[in-house]
Amino acid sequence: MKVVLDKLTKRFPNRNKKIKTEVTAVDNFCFEIPDGTLVGLLGPSGCGKSTTLNLISGLEKPTEGRVFFGDTDVTDMAPEDRGVGLVFQNYALYPHLTVQQNIMFPLQNFRGERKLTKEVMLEKTLEAAKLVQIDGLMERKPNELSGGQQQRVAIARALVKAPKVLLLDEPLSNLDARLRLQTREEIRRIQRETKVTTIFVTHDQEEAMSISDLIVVMKDGRVHQIGKPQEVYDDPANLFVAKFLGTPPINVFKGRVKKHMIYIGDNAILKAEKAEDGDVYVGIRPEGFIPDEKGELEVSLKGLEVMGRDTTIVSDHKDCENVEIRSIVSAETRIDTAAGSIRFKVKPAKTHIFDAESGERIYY
Amino acid sequence: MKKNNLKGWLYLLPAIIFLGIFMIYPLIDVLIYSFEEGYNFASQTHNGTGWYNYSYVLHDTYFLQALKNTFILVIITVPLSTGTALLIAMALSSIKKLRELFQTVFFLPYVTNTLAVGLVFMILFKKTAYSDGMVNLLINFFGGESVDFIDGPYWAKMLVLCIYTVWIVMPFKILILTGALASVKDDLYKAAKIDSTPKWRVFTRITLPMISPMIFYLVITGFIGAFKAYSDAVALFGTDLNAAQMNTLVGYIYDMLYGSSGGYPSYASAAALILFCIVLTITCINLMVSKKSVVKGV
Ligand SMILES: Nc1ncnc2c1ncn2[C@@H]1O[C@H](COP(=O)(O)OP(=O)(O)O)[C@@H](O)[C@H]1O
Ligand SMILES: [Mg+2]
Repeated sequence: MKVVLDKLTKRFPNRNKKIKTEVTAVDNFCFEIPDGTLVGLLGPSGCGKSTTLNLISGLEKPTEGRVFFGDTDVTDMAPEDRGVGLVFQNYALYPHLTVQQNIMFPLQNFRGERKLTKEVMLEKTLEAAKLVQIDGLMERKPNELSGGQQQRVAIARALVKAPKVLLLDEPLSNLDARLRLQTREEIRRIQRETKVTTIFVTHDQEEAMSISDLIVVMKDGRVHQIGKPQEVYDDPANLFVAKFLGTPPINVFKGRVKKHMIYIGDNAILKAEKAEDGDVYVGIRPEGFIPDEKGELEVSLKGLEVMGRDTTIVSDHKDCENVEIRSIVSAETRIDTAAGSIRFKVKPAKTHIFDAESGERIYY
Repeated sequence: MKKNNLKGWLYLLPAIIFLGIFMIYPLIDVLIYSFEEGYNFASQTHNGTGWYNYSYVLHDTYFLQALKNTFILVIITVPLSTGTALLIAMALSSIKKLRELFQTVFFLPYVTNTLAVGLVFMILFKKTAYSDGMVNLLINFFGGESVDFIDGPYWAKMLVLCIYTVWIVMPFKILILTGALASVKDDLYKAAKIDSTPKWRVFTRITLPMISPMIFYLVITGFIGAFKAYSDAVALFGTDLNAAQMNTLVGYIYDMLYGSSGGYPSYASAAALILFCIVLTITCINLMVSKKSVVKGV
């Protein structure tokens, strides 16, 4: 089922009743989610991700705009009629019910034509449990399960009724690092197997990048960019997106464009045929640096971090906005650590410039 | 290890001494009195030991009346007050506007003086030279006959006593249950909503199990409280409860000690121990039931 969000806007009255101004949690959100894809909704905390999800599930009503499932306008439909599966950040399992009872719960709500016999319910429950690999724990209560297992139960409960859309709100944030890696692969596998249109909320860019077909980068209720993870990484629309994606983060310098050359300090680092003169931010990805004695960019060397596969050069520049410059080079590169400074050539494809005022990308 | 143990006991000593003097010693004393026939306070003498006191009490019509009254009171008021309190608490939790106002209104009886409450019930139920009481006015309005609720038939008096008791214990229960309802995580209700759970199913399968520990707490303390009822009956029917057929077990014990026909500590002790055994049994049954059905680890 494809999901279409048309100019979706949600304004809340301020939580502090003394302040009259409204909070715009979601601002004019337009997006079409193709059928059967896994979409990562990505942004810093408080940017309106959960609100967007709630608008899709129907737990919140939009102030303006419409929501469509396929060709059906579901904006005025109650959440129980929309047929979505929702996985909460803290799982929201029923603590007094066993795993089996938890998963079966949505099936027991079917009325009228959809009403199922006990055998069919048990069968579907087992099927969902097998899908998330918890069929051995059916008689346990949630508090006898680990975080990862609880998460699986929550996913099984959301999937058992064969929802049109599966919504996951920060499903991994309560898990430890190792489980998080494992579970996100699991989510990807389950989504591939069931082919259910899935929207996955996270504030962790790596998580979103690694499993999503498409990512939506949000900030302050606005969509900043939508695209395939690699495209968004390679071709960020603005400084915020560039900074938000990638570890280590992009290295940002204060710079300027003069006579079709990009300058950092006094070093002219690249040609810029199409760009106008003016102040800009220059962002260079960690993998965009090539150590070269004749390189245009000179920085003061602070140290090396050898990781086996590759080496991180830690350096410093007076115009750099980051705490330090991190550049990743292959482990074979010989670097003289005794030298006070190092010179780099930069890769044009890994170097982006942004308007100093608006942060918008400037193509050069 | 040993030393630590000693220290622990030392810390407990003050509490143990107080408990010993004011609870355990009197309890043992009552137990002894209850087996001493014809014990006399003044001369501190008795003329034999045995089960005679128990036999006397169990054959006393006043005691049997008090036993019956107490049981009726317990069986009616505990479920009724808990159920009504739950309904009111749910209503309170579901409204947004004026919630604080209503909460205050429902809590008022808890902080109201017993005498003032008694007065209110007088206005509602008592026949005077000037009026038959508010409730009777209502009954008359709908074409019924006046009933004398205070000096009239047994069922009418019992009705008033039950209403009075329910009314007195309700605020505390509402308070506890409103708190319990508020502590149920909102996400559970959202999850249920997304899964199209019908309202009654949300109530029986989520709300009720989640607040079951509090409900059992209220039922157990409610039982104990109702078994110890006495002052409510006095407030409504005066001190000669035996004559009014409205005595309770605690009232019977009190009368045996200090009432106009009193001065029988042996009988009072025997009655007190019978009450103790009843309360103990019921509480044990309650705890056993609650162990089975109360949700743990919530
Ligand atoms: N019910 C609400 N009332 C008022 N403000 C809200 C409400 N829900 C969310 N907000 C505000 O909307 C913004 C977005 O919240 P949310 O969608 O929860 O962000 P995220 O999930 O991305 O962290 C925040 O500023 C938050 O304070
Ligand atoms: Mg959130």
